[in-house]
Amino acid sequence: MTTKLDEVIGLARANSLWPLPFATSCCGIEFMATMGANYDLARFGSERMGFTPRQCDMLLVAGTIAKKMAPILRQVYLQMAEPRWVIAIGACASSGGIFDSYSVLQGIDQVIPVDVYVPGCPPRPEGILDGIIKLQKIVKNESLRRRNAPQYKALLNEYGIQ
Amino acid sequence: MDNQQLKQSLSKKFDFLSDWEEPYGLLTATLPAEKNLEVLQGLYDDDQLKFRFLTDLTAVHFPDRKDEELCVVYHLHNLQDNIRLRLKAYLPVANPAIHSAAALFSGANWMERETYDFFGVNFLNHPNLTRILNVDEMDYFPMRKEYPMEDPTRVDKDDEMFGR
Repeated sequence: MTTKLDEVIGLARANSLWPLPFATSCCGIEFMATMGANYDLARFGSERMGFTPRQCDMLLVAGTIAKKMAPILRQVYLQMAEPRWVIAIGACASSGGIFDSYSVLQGIDQVIPVDVYVPGCPPRPEGILDGIIKLQKIVKNESLRRRNAPQYKALLNEYGIQ
Repeated sequence: MDNQQLKQSLSKKFDFLSDWEEPYGLLTATLPAEKNLEVLQGLYDDDQLKFRFLTDLTAVHFPDRKDEELCVVYHLHNLQDNIRLRLKAYLPVANPAIHSAAALFSGANWMERETYDFFGVNFLNHPNLTRILNVDEMDYFPMRKEYPMEDPTRVDKDDEMFGR
């Protein structure tokens, strides 16, 4: 019976992921196209962008994050309620990209845990959709107890998040 | 007033100006660092010269020039006659101190903070000489030419998937 409940909740969560776009540069433009009518992210249950971390499940970091921006990104992540997922869209958010420089954070996984990395500079909207579908698979198959698991707590502890 | 007349009246007024050049038609001179305020104020107050707008203030690092490694550059503009002037002041990197022009030009406040942030030039009597663009915890001056292009000791590029 609990496995069935797991599946139902996973299905509901996966098909109503509320996105929080954290767009800082050109990947954000591609993400806007993804939201638009041609590529239509709403087909996958992400109809409404919530521009507040309190209402959202899926943080989409699209673009270069400067080191000075890192604490702000971290605070946005902390303000999201569990369960929360993070997608790093594009090379800059994943690894710093071409900005191998003193001022740029070399990948957002230095400050917050990331579930899905979307490669590309910038990725096409299809790439972003693919990342979101991959995340939906993760969400669908996630155990309800995962967020209480010691592994998950250890992961957050690595980032200094209680 | 053209560059030649400007050069004449400037060398009469400030005889310590040296290294005159005119790259791309922009009259350029070097001044001793301790006289920067005297020159800027003189250019501002003079009824003929009227250099009352500070277009830009920045620095350049020349690692090979002994005891004058850092060069502070002022771009001045006479808006009435549309004449531009560039002034350079060389400082030793060991003690890069120069008077702040923030009292004369309000715009210098931001630009001097930026120059301090990136080159470490110490502007004496600046109202708030702290980092403005980089993170506050930074303990080096990133635009100085003293870092290798690919720093093998860097620790922030440690990712096994995306690292070098």
